[in-house]
Amino acid sequence: MRHILSIQVENEPGVLSRVVGLFSGRGFNIESLNVAPTLVQGLSLITICTIGDEQIIEQIIKQLRKLVTTLKVVDLTKVKSVEREMMLLKMDAEGTKRAEILRIVDIFRCKVVDVSPDELTVEVTGDQGKIQALVNLLQRFGIKETARTGAVAMKRGMQE
Amino acid sequence: MELSGAQILLESLKREGVDVIFGFPGGAVIDIYDQLPSYPIKHVLVRHEQGAIHAADGYARASGKVGVCLATSGPGATNTVTGIATAYMDSIPVVIFTGQVPTPLIGNDAFQEVDIVGITRPCTKHNYLVKDVKDLARTIKEAFYLAASGRPGPVLVDIPKDVQQAVTAYKYPKTIAMRSYNPTYEPNVKQVRKVAKLISQAKKPIIYAGGGVISSNASENLTWLARTLRIPVTATLMGLGCYPGDDPLWLGMLGMHGTFAANHGIQNADLILAIGSRFDDRVTGKISEFGAKATIIHVDIDPTSIQKNVAVHVPVVSDCKCFLETLRTEVEALAEDAKGGADRGPWIDLITQWKAEHPLCYKPSDEKGLIKPQAVVEAIYRLTKGDAIISTEVGQNQMWAAQFYNYHTPRTFISSGGLGTMGYGFPAALGAQMAFPDKLVIDIAGDGSIQMCIQELATAMCYELPVKIVILNNSYLGMVRQWQELFYAKNYCDTCLDVAPDFVKLAEAYGAAGFRVTDPDKVESTLKEAFALKRPVIVDVRVDPEENVYPMVPAGKSLTEMILV
Ligand SMILES: Cc1ncc(C[n+]2csc(CCOP(=O)(O)OP(=O)(O)O)c2C)c(N)n1
Ligand SMILES: [Mg+2]
Repeated sequence: MRHILSIQVENEPGVLSRVVGLFSGRGFNIESLNVAPTLVQGLSLITICTIGDEQIIEQIIKQLRKLVTTLKVVDLTKVKSVEREMMLLKMDAEGTKRAEILRIVDIFRCKVVDVSPDELTVEVTGDQGKIQALVNLLQRFGIKETARTGAVAMKRGMQE
Repeated sequence: MELSGAQILLESLKREGVDVIFGFPGGAVIDIYDQLPSYPIKHVLVRHEQGAIHAADGYARASGKVGVCLATSGPGATNTVTGIATAYMDSIPVVIFTGQVPTPLIGNDAFQEVDIVGITRPCTKHNYLVKDVKDLARTIKEAFYLAASGRPGPVLVDIPKDVQQAVTAYKYPKTIAMRSYNPTYEPNVKQVRKVAKLISQAKKPIIYAGGGVISSNASENLTWLARTLRIPVTATLMGLGCYPGDDPLWLGMLGMHGTFAANHGIQNADLILAIGSRFDDRVTGKISEFGAKATIIHVDIDPTSIQKNVAVHVPVVSDCKCFLETLRTEVEALAEDAKGGADRGPWIDLITQWKAEHPLCYKPSDEKGLIKPQAVVEAIYRLTKGDAIISTEVGQNQMWAAQFYNYHTPRTFISSGGLGTMGYGFPAALGAQMAFPDKLVIDIAGDGSIQMCIQELATAMCYELPVKIVILNNSYLGMVRQWQELFYAKNYCDTCLDVAPDFVKLAEAYGAAGFRVTDPDKVESTLKEAFALKRPVIVDVRVDPEENVYPMVPAGKSLTEMILV
């Protein structure tokens, strides 16, 4: 099963490599990885989306906690959480395609962030399902290039 | 007080109570060596950095203190990696200091530059590159704390040359403030109460102890528990010495080369108390069948060890000693007849019968007159009465040393368990001898392994470390040959070591003493003579080349599927 782990770490050199090395060294999966500093000085948040059965996920969480630079690990799949991911898609948007792409972008409440005579770059934010749905719709126009952040997530304020 | 980085390192070592370090100099650590004579720290100059790290590790295992090793950048640092991984697998507290190229050159492929922090990340408990001399004192403090606390392990500190030269105000921190590191020592009392109850109800309990009992100095507590509640004890290779080897409740080692009683004990038990052990594949055999009839309680200070290989019924995250102390309180609170132990008679009888019917054994020397390696280990035991520190190399020699010598006290058996590092035993013995100058320290060696760190004979001579090397010389990489014999149709490909040095002359070349034994009747007398010498000795014992280690549970088989003698 897919799990999103939120890992609070000391923001110091090599810390990401400790986390990633743990996954590669022990044969765990990383589906996506996101890392950035938090608002608290000296702390970074790593969000890892991984796949495994309960026993493997338990082992991953314990191994992450064991790293000397880890402060906290939360399995966001175990609680109610919001999950978002951002993707940029550079579309082939020549001639008549253009209007149709813009209509879809509108329906999905996405944004166009760059325009050229024959291309459009679209920004979409959402959970995996939404992004996949958009990709499915846009595919036939010709997607020239994509860039994607990987999931970030947060526990919801109300759990029930 | 203004000090240079090199002085800060040495001053901090002094304050950590370090009296000996094992090392080898080079360009990136000259500044440290330059200051060394001004400090009350003995430096043991090894002949290869692998020797330094193994010696620091042996020192740590024998003394319970943190071992310290020093190496230069690049090849000096990489030469320590095998030893770091060895210490990591066996949870041994060592701190490794390496020199590094000056900070402005890092990343430029400078002369003797290697990313040792990157290389050792997966085989250290933690490691550091110190880029600012102001961070050095705190880093050293943390390194010692990390190495020795929680589940112990190696910690590496990489110090660039310019940081060693830079000067700053020195103050050694008194306390540690690490918000991200808080090992759990004390068990959850409710869990322990549950354990006490489960033990009291068990008819066929067994203790499966590991190295954690030794590293937490919990042998006495364990002995109390076993004797009071009448629970038979088996241990892993790493656990040998945690329970008196001549006690009626002692079953011997379990696992691939475990005793009949220990392996059958595990497979027939209704309760297994795993304490400070980690269900290694060499111990469990076929994992799905390990202790299948038992309720398994697993006590370990490292949460990642629990539920990793085996699904256990009662997990307890705790230091072994803290757990055993709490358990004692809980047991003592129970009424005498509620403690269990009273109706264990049939179980103890059964185990005693197994011990009597299937002791460790071997076919004695026959008309060919070949020395049996097991008999050599038995002779060592008779001569020392168990009052020596035994280290081992890796292979058959290691298993015979584990099987045919009774370890009575912790920290008297020193062996590379998790990594199985050939070449470990001799330098580790030097470290142990450094910690206990007056003890008899013996490396039970193989003819293959001993050649991997033989250069340390010069170190032994230089520091008058009278370690005794007893080579069980079978002219083979015996353990591999045994597998080839049993599982690879006797295809003895590249395991024969018939081209070998004359070990007696080799010892003499270094100025040590050398003996050779080929006659079974001369084994004990020669060993006796060798052990009486106050200097390093090699005893080259020519043993039966095709002797095998038995019992043996083939890899992947269940523990009771044993090949017996
Ligand atoms: C550094 C290293 N290389 C290879 C091995 C694989 N290995 C395990 S036991 C063994 C044979 C050791 O030979 P020897 O030291 O003569 O011991 P014996 O088994 O003959 O007693 C080998 C090669 C190892 N454990 N360590
Ligand atoms: Mg051999």
